[in-house]
This record gives sequence, C-alpha cells and structure tokens, in this order.
Amino acid sequence: MATRRRIVTEAKLLLIGIPVTIWTLLPIYHLFLFSISSKDEAFAGKLWPDHPTLRNFSIVFHEQHYFLNHFWRQFGNSLVIACAVGVLTLAIAAFAAFAISRLRTRGGRFILNCALFTYFIPAAFLAVPMYKAMGGYGLLNTQWALILAMVTIAAPYAIWVLKQASDKLPYELDEAARIDGASPLQLFRLVYLPLMAPSLVAVGTYALLLAWNEYLYAFLLLSRDEDITLPVALGHFLSADDSPWELLMTTGLIYALPPAAIYYAFKRYMVAGLTSGAVKS
Amino acid sequence: MATLALPTPLDPIRPKRRHLSPWQIWGVVLLAPYALVFLVFVLYPVLYGFWLARNPQSYVHLFDDPVFSGAVVNTLLFLIVGINLKMLVALFLSGFFATARPWIKWLSILFILPWAVPSIPTILSVRFMLNPEWGVINQLIFKLTAEDGPNWLNDRWLALSMAILVHIWKSLPFWTMILIAGRLAIPGELYEAVSVDGASRWQKFRYVTWPSLSTLYLTSTILSMIWTLGDFNSVYLLTGGGPADLTHVLATLGIRYLRLDQVDLSMATIVVALPLVLPLVYFMMKRLSR
Repeated sequence: MATRRRIVTEAKLLLIGIPVTIWTLLPIYHLFLFSISSKDEAFAGKLWPDHPTLRNFSIVFHEQHYFLNHFWRQFGNSLVIACAVGVLTLAIAAFAAFAISRLRTRGGRFILNCALFTYFIPAAFLAVPMYKAMGGYGLLNTQWALILAMVTIAAPYAIWVLKQASDKLPYELDEAARIDGASPLQLFRLVYLPLMAPSLVAVGTYALLLAWNEYLYAFLLLSRDEDITLPVALGHFLSADDSPWELLMTTGLIYALPPAAIYYAFKRYMVAGLTSGAVKS
Repeated sequence: MATLALPTPLDPIRPKRRHLSPWQIWGVVLLAPYALVFLVFVLYPVLYGFWLARNPQSYVHLFDDPVFSGAVVNTLLFLIVGINLKMLVALFLSGFFATARPWIKWLSILFILPWAVPSIPTILSVRFMLNPEWGVINQLIFKLTAEDGPNWLNDRWLALSMAILVHIWKSLPFWTMILIAGRLAIPGELYEAVSVDGASRWQKFRYVTWPSLSTLYLTSTILSMIWTLGDFNSVYLLTGGGPADLTHVLATLGIRYLRLDQVDLSMATIVVALPLVLPLVYFMMKRLSR
C-alpha cells in the first residue's frame, strides 16, 4: 500500500513536471533549432534538422548579411553600455545607501522615497518624458543617453536593496571606527564596502543585466546603425518582408547567452540578495 | 554583548551633536549623485511631460481615437485576467517546486531560464512559432488534423491571448521564486502540528500556507500589475499592436503616438493611465516604507 501511494504521488508530480518543462523550454529550443538549421529546414517545421549546421553562426560572426553589417560593433555597444551602467549604478547606489543607512544623513529618508517612487513608475510610461528630456539635453542619439537612462531605472532598486542590507550591519562597527578616528570615507572604504560585498555583487549584476536586456529605451534613444545595441538590431530584422529568420534567431541566441551565463554564475548572490529585497512581506 | 554601554543607533541626539559637521557633510556629498540623477532624469522629465499634456484638446482627440478605447480594454484584460492567472499558477507551482526531490531541484534550475534570458529573442522565437504558414505549431496541427491552424496573430483576441501568454512565460519563474521563498519561510512545525491533527492537503494549505503567504501574494500581485503596465515588449515584439492596431496596450500606444510625433497624445495616454497606476504605487510605497 505504502509503495503504491508513493508511486501515485510521484506520477502526480511528473504530471506537473513534464508540461512545465515543455512550456519552459519550447521557445528556447525553437531558438536553438533555428540557429542550427538552414533556412529551408527551419521553415519546414521539423523538430530536428536533417543536416544540422553551424553556417548561421559563421555568417553572423563574419557579418555576411545586410542586417549583420555592424554585428561586432553592436555587440561591443551592448557590452560597453551594460558595463558602464553596472559600474555607475553600483557607485551611485552604494554612496546613497551608505549615506542613508550609516551616516543617517538628514533628508535620506526623503531621497529613499524618491527612489522608491521612481522604481514604481512603469518603465514604458517614463520612457516618453525621458525621451523628450534627453532631446532637450542634446543627448539624443548618443550612448550617454541610454547609459544615463538605464542608471536612472536601475539605481532605485539598487539603493533599496543595499539600504536593506546595510541596515543589518551592526552599528558597533561604525562606533568603533569613529572612536579610532576614522573619517567617513575610511569607514566607507575599509569597513562598509568589504562587508557589503555580496550585496554589491548582486546589485552590480542586476544593473548590468538590466542594461544588456533593455529594448525599449535603446530603441527610442539610439538610432544610427553604428550606435545601436544588439536588441535594437534584432528588432530591425522585422522591417523586411522576407526576414532571414534563421540568422535573426542565431544572433538572438548569441545575444541571450552572456546574460544567462552571468545569471547562473551569480545565482547564489542574485537569489539571496534580490528576492529578499524584491518583495518585503 | 549588549552590556557594553554603547549608545544605540536609534539615539537621535548623539550623532547629530558629536559628529555634526564632517559626517553630515559627507552624507550630503554621497547622496548628491543620486539626487542629481533623480532631479535631471526623473523629476524634470515628469514635470515637463505633464506640461506637454496640459492641453484639454489632446484628451478630446485621445478619446475620439478608437485605438485608445481598444487599448484600455486590452490593458485591463492583461492586468485582471493575465496577472491573476499568472499569480495563481505561480502559487500552485511554488508548492510543486517546494517539494523535496532531487529532480525537482534540477527542474527548478531550468525553470528560471525564461527569466534569465533577454526577452527579445524568445518573443521573436514565439512569433515565428505562431506564423500561420511556416510556424511549427500550425505545421503540427496540419500534420495531426490535416486542417489549417488558426492565423494566430491576425485575430484580435487570439493575438492578445498570445501576448498575455508570452508575458506569463517570461515572468512566471520570477514570481514562482518569490512565492517559493515565502513558502520555505513557513516553520515546518506548523505543518507537523496539523498533520498530527489529521489535516488534508487542502486544509494544510487553507489553514497554514495561505495565512502565512497571503500578504506576500497580494504584494506580489500589485507589484506585478505595476510592472505589467510598463510591459512594452510582450505586445510590441509579438504583434506590433496589430492586426489593425487592435492589440495595443497603454504602454505600446504611448510609444506609438511618440513615434508618430504626437507627443501630446502620447503624454495624455500616460496621464489617463495615472488613476490606474497611482493607487497601486501608493499601496506599494506604504508597504515598503513602513
């Protein structure tokens, strides 16, 4: 009886697990399938190509298609912008969280509420006024526009997570450092940063991935083929009637791999640092 | 440890008096970068946006545009049907993933993939899967039934449903993870106690899981609604707002007006959405700044 009940339980779990696996993997498998298929085979609706090929990757890497003329340039743009956003967000958020949580600067609470408010503005709604303002500042069609926009979007959550984490550090540390005559900057550099390292990794990765993955702001703020990031270039594929979908999917797969790798590499930090801060119950 | 007579950090007098100048000055200096970012890239743009939307005539035009009323209906469907469906599935799956089995642990690593990869390639992948002639779904339907499958993205309700499904596909892992964390925080003794009393699975959920999880569930739902209002990609990259601009949501409609150089209509769309957004934002601000 006991074994039979166990089998039934396992079967029920499998009945959930199998559809969940198919649902999760289908679009990603389809992406992969196209990247290793020739155009004819891709369009034939096969579940595995008769002649798997790496030709699509070769075409993308050698920029041998009209849509791919600036592939490496755009890949570089994505990389530079993502790194710049990661570093800038990290610096701005660490400074702010330190000032709010450790130095107890007057007005810190107000700034924190401003940040939270920004966090809760739906991204597509802020995009329109941001686009107009960037035009006014003369930043439109420069990569600084995208970097600054993404820092604006990433910083609030970064500040919130870092503030939550730094509230947990014992205040005796600050007191001891003060009694030893440490300056605020020494306290920041020698005590605060080393203790906050795990949260800083999580927040830096969060900002970097957010910028790498961003489509809407990149699509609005940049326009020249040499300036745009990879997701915008992917969107351009749709402008033709007979889009080379197999190349689009290959480029998409290449574009999707770095963030997935980073996510899994830092998963430990991401899950601990971010899920706890995402929704405070 | 607490026997040391150090002043508690909550003591408001001591830091102010003894460390007034250098510490407070440094605090202001370190807060300045973010304050500057907020002023230049949030406050000024938002105020400027309201100024652009000041003309009452814009709203008359907006309400006359049939695309607008369609977008309002679509947005509400997205929020009410889409989000609740997503959160219910996430609640159910969080129970599944909280079950202790090695293979479920492995599956949970795979399950995160949609959240870990950027949305653009996967949405475009789905878009091709739904292609009426060459997409894998209709080819399968043809092989199995010898009949043509539906033209998925060419019918308003079908296309909107697909956009909602794409949205769910992308964000389900995140909310499931949040709810798993919530479930794992429930003390095991509670379950043991009701097990002794002979509680059924449903009773365990009803009297132990749900009371501990309901606040988190509600917060997650509200936060998800706010984020979904700003979800541009799921609709724009899947349907482009089509067929005939029938599947727009407010997020894509605002951007559409912007691209058509009708900034006043674009901002008016956002202002009209504010009665929907602000209560949700107020709720979240209240909750987080306790």
